[in-house]
Amino acid sequence: MSTLSLHYTVSGDDFTRAGEASGDVKKQLKALGFPADVIRNVVIALYEGEINMVIHANGGQIDVNISPERIHMVLKDSGPGIEDIERAMQKGYSTAPENIRALGFGAGMGLPNIKKYTDEMHIDSTVGVGTTLALTVLVKA
Amino acid sequence: MASNTFFHSVRLDAAKCVGCTNCIKRCPTGAIRVRRGKAQILSERCIDCGECILICPSHAKYAESYPLSELQNYKYKVALPPPELYGQFRNLEDPNRILTALLSLGFDDVFEVAAGAEVVTERMRLYVKEHADKKPLISSDCPAVVRLIRVRFPSLIDHLVNLNPPMEVAAELARARAVEKTGLSPSEIGIFYLSPCTAKISSIKQPICNEKSRIDGVFAIRDIYKPLLAAMEAVDEVKPLQHSGRIGMSWGISGGEAASLLDEKSLAAAGIENIISLLEEIEDEKLEDLDFVELRSCTVGCVAGPLTVENPFVAKARLKAMRKYAQISCNAAVPKALTKEMHWGHPLQEVGILKLDEDISEAMKKMQRLQEIEKSLPGLDCGTCGAPSCHDLAEDIVRGRASIEDCVFSGKGENGYIPIPVPFRKSKQQK
Repeated sequence: MSTLSLHYTVSGDDFTRAGEASGDVKKQLKALGFPADVIRNVVIALYEGEINMVIHANGGQIDVNISPERIHMVLKDSGPGIEDIERAMQKGYSTAPENIRALGFGAGMGLPNIKKYTDEMHIDSTVGVGTTLALTVLVKA
Repeated sequence: MASNTFFHSVRLDAAKCVGCTNCIKRCPTGAIRVRRGKAQILSERCIDCGECILICPSHAKYAESYPLSELQNYKYKVALPPPELYGQFRNLEDPNRILTALLSLGFDDVFEVAAGAEVVTERMRLYVKEHADKKPLISSDCPAVVRLIRVRFPSLIDHLVNLNPPMEVAAELARARAVEKTGLSPSEIGIFYLSPCTAKISSIKQPICNEKSRIDGVFAIRDIYKPLLAAMEAVDEVKPLQHSGRIGMSWGISGGEAASLLDEKSLAAAGIENIISLLEEIEDEKLEDLDFVELRSCTVGCVAGPLTVENPFVAKARLKAMRKYAQISCNAAVPKALTKEMHWGHPLQEVGILKLDEDISEAMKKMQRLQEIEKSLPGLDCGTCGAPSCHDLAEDIVRGRASIEDCVFSGKGENGYIPIPVPFRKSKQQK
């Protein structure tokens, strides 16, 4: 089975560069001819993940694995970790600092949106160690 | 079907092209390559925006033009001047001078595109309310934007306002008025548009949302400028021909269309790079709080079209000064006969230029090869191969229209010596 792997490093604290990874993945998926709704779901989920990495974790690593049947993404950071995953999944709950909210981010929609736009979502987080987010978007025939 | 073939009004004069690489970098869709010393346009990628015409230092890119003698094919000739024409003359205060002068250039009547714009405005205010589920709606007035969406953002086709632009609506109204005035048959009447840009010429010569344009001929503003200027100076008595107001005239400037909708949840952007980044955002659903987005390919709007004459900012200032004391609108109702004709004749078809292959598995193989080739290239985007970037060369190789030897860094010349151009030599370059 043919797959295509992409790797990105997300730099922390640089909002102007958040979106570079999701933007590049979008270009690749368009060139590969994936359906528009699949591309949209991947790009929105990945962008939210990138923003989270910039706001909370000072950057991180993204691996994207593409096959004709599904797009799998792993976002790994060495940030503070999520204390209460259940609460973090609630719409409107945010731990983003005031200066980030002033920029229009940190509305508490990041993780709920990621869940909404993906078919599978796994969070593995340890306080003080970091967070790994595994996401899958399926290509439905 | 019309949408599968590609007519372009942007042409290349091979005799003038010196084979420099200025245009390949400027083209927003990566549609130009230089081969054997001459630029070539990849037809399916070109959106007729005219950026290459503006950048070419040798004036080798030009717009296909049509001689004024085309007027002879019709018994009764009507000129359709767009509002951006009014901004092209210094020290002109009254658009009626232009409209009067056009009558001495061989036209029997004039019908302002600005009047058509006011009719479209009325219809659009309703349209925005009717299509609240497709937020944000994207203006389809700029044909370069429509063509850009067709090739690069096909998922946004549904967001385009599927109403005909002011020039088509004006043509419809102009013909009806001419038939009524003269009693001639509609085919004996010639409707001629005075175009600020290549994209509009293309959309008349080969419409992509209608079987046929309502406009019979088109002249570039640039081409009629000189005779028009002379005719304007010779005008004895200025006739009160204008029947458009501030709203219609404002369509010639970026922001005019959006403002006319009286909807504060709208945005107006101009300049091809700006609109590409906004289309990316709309695609990623980041602008859903907006009702309407007005996009124009040219900086500051149609007054800056590649076939206009004046500096874009001067033209904008002139048009703004001219509209200052005009009434708000002279065409506040949609004529009953028009309501149906205002919609596109058929839906816009996607053109998949981005896909490497129709089959995803095949496309993935090609993508892997593309990435390997790209990695082996120097990543300088120097343009010496004739493609705008190393990525584009890698893609051209995979698509079978270039070879790795096209890269100056790829091979070895005689005696193993690689003739690397000066800007790219390392400090201790071999020989």
